[in-house]
Amino acid sequence: MSEMSPRWTQDPVLKVENLTMRFGGLTAIDSLSFNVGRGDITALIGPNGAGKTTVFNCVTGFYKPTEGRISLRRGRGVSDAMVDELTTSGNQFSRDGERSVFLLERMSDFKITEVAGVARTFQNIRLFGGMTVLENLLVAQHNRLMAASGYTIFGLLGLPGYRRAAEAAKEKAIFWLSHANLLDRADDPAADLSYGAQRRLEIARAMCTDPVLLCLDEPAAGLNPRESADLNTLIKYIRDEHGVSVLLIEHDMGVVMEISDHVIVLDYGRKISDGTTDAVRSDPKVIAAYLGVDDTEVDEVENDLDHDVAPTPAAPANAEGVRP
Amino acid sequence: MEYFLQQLINGITLGSIYGLIAIGYTMVYGIIGMINFAHGEIFMIGSFIALTAFLVLASLGITFLPLVLLIILIVAMGFTALWGWSIERVAYRPLRGSFRLAPLITAIGMSIFLQNFVQVTQGARIKPLPPQITGGVTLLSSSDGIVVQLSTMQMIIIVTTVVLMAGFTTVINRTSLGRQQRACEQDQKMAALLGVNVDRTISLTFVMGAGLAAVAGIMYLLYYGVIDFYIGFLAGVKAFTAAVLGGIGSLPGAMLGGLAIGLIETFWSGYFSVEYKDVAAFSILAIVLIFMPSGLLGRPEVEKV
Repeated sequence: MSEMSPRWTQDPVLKVENLTMRFGGLTAIDSLSFNVGRGDITALIGPNGAGKTTVFNCVTGFYKPTEGRISLRRGRGVSDAMVDELTTSGNQFSRDGERSVFLLERMSDFKITEVAGVARTFQNIRLFGGMTVLENLLVAQHNRLMAASGYTIFGLLGLPGYRRAAEAAKEKAIFWLSHANLLDRADDPAADLSYGAQRRLEIARAMCTDPVLLCLDEPAAGLNPRESADLNTLIKYIRDEHGVSVLLIEHDMGVVMEISDHVIVLDYGRKISDGTTDAVRSDPKVIAAYLGVDDTEVDEVENDLDHDVAPTPAAPANAEGVRP
Repeated sequence: MEYFLQQLINGITLGSIYGLIAIGYTMVYGIIGMINFAHGEIFMIGSFIALTAFLVLASLGITFLPLVLLIILIVAMGFTALWGWSIERVAYRPLRGSFRLAPLITAIGMSIFLQNFVQVTQGARIKPLPPQITGGVTLLSSSDGIVVQLSTMQMIIIVTTVVLMAGFTTVINRTSLGRQQRACEQDQKMAALLGVNVDRTISLTFVMGAGLAAVAGIMYLLYYGVIDFYIGFLAGVKAFTAAVLGGIGSLPGAMLGGLAIGLIETFWSGYFSVEYKDVAAFSILAIVLIFMPSGLLGRPEVEKV
């Protein structure tokens, strides 16, 4: 990845432009723009209340943004012109052969997953606790199953087409269960799993919807170091082997710095830094935001850094260590 | 002993009808947390459609009973399901997401509207249907002349209910549609995020509930032979009671509650007084709810902290 034009500007899978979200008089996000590169693991970080989850909620259709455009681009080489054309046409999405564009701010929630291919997990786990682990994964594949079952009628008759679809769905569920190390718990109620296992199940369930973009809201929160390492492996596996782009919110800087290709830092609803992990690590504004320095002192911090022997890892280590 | 057996059979028959209606209440409550008070009227409309279909077939000269019953079953279930779907679409969906009492008031309004609609269009007088299915088997006859009879109609009602319950349980537990319904029941927003079309799932729930109510309506029509625009009210209240007694939101609970209410009613009328059968049914409901607030099979709601 060259410094000149990183992947997220060359080939974005998601482009957020001038996103603004107001709740009454409170501006949670203020004209935020960023790109998520195709095949990148992108981390959205920032102190508590910076608006990270609000961004997620806008991308996944939980909130309708007050202003702004959120375009998801499937297939390589979708031009901005194509997005503009779609914007003026008033449609929700457009297709051009392999390439397609979806304007997420125009779509309702279930369509964002079903049609556009964005999946997400939650900060507070939202599994279907009363259903088994396997069923949780099958629910995520219901669209194919419903079509194959002729809206249940063929399914009840047990026609071969439905059987095949049901078999395929189960196979996929088992595939993800084995990658999440949950195969032995397949028939247990999801609520009985441990916290770490529930987090992995949530990711496995999201993957069963065949997303192109996976949004993870604090996947490592509350995990012990071993579970956290397992999670890193799973996320990397998803990116490397399935070509799924990952956008994650995370407070655990260890996780962020280890797996991210691209880091975006928010503070008070604005983007204060955007770049590779190394670039962000040494950005004085980021350090200031994490250490709680006043805006006026940012310059001082910047000067201090300049006077130091280049930005050594020692300085950012502070930024890493301090959790808001 | 013979008398007891006879009451048991009658009670199970009545309970089956209540149970089928109760499923409609319990499913809708399970998925959107609302009591669909118009469901009793759906049942009433089902029996009116069945009667209409019956008369149309008779005027066409189709009298071969199994064929007639099959056609009536399909027609009544189809049209009643359409009613159920339309009611949800027109009266409940626009209010989803509004405060909790709004759909409840609409449901009561819908119930009154449907009653009056049928009264105006069909007339207020009772509609009789001569018994179609006669005969039965004598199970026991004692020396003092008491006979235990299981009529063909009762057999049909019980068997149909068992078959429908089995089919229904399969749909809910084993099919993709059932999984979606259970998912929506637990967390609609999350289900939507997995690509489940929540509105459609809710519509299908209404359709299924209405279909079962139609079957109950047909059975009521054939069993009692008399219907009017008002039958939905009491049957609806009883079925609702059954759903609450069994634990609202639970399918086996609805069936069990239906049977319990049916049995309580018939035994009370058999051994005590017919006039007070409803009092008995509701008193037992009150007593059960004091000791088991979430009903017989309902799971208590656990508030996570």
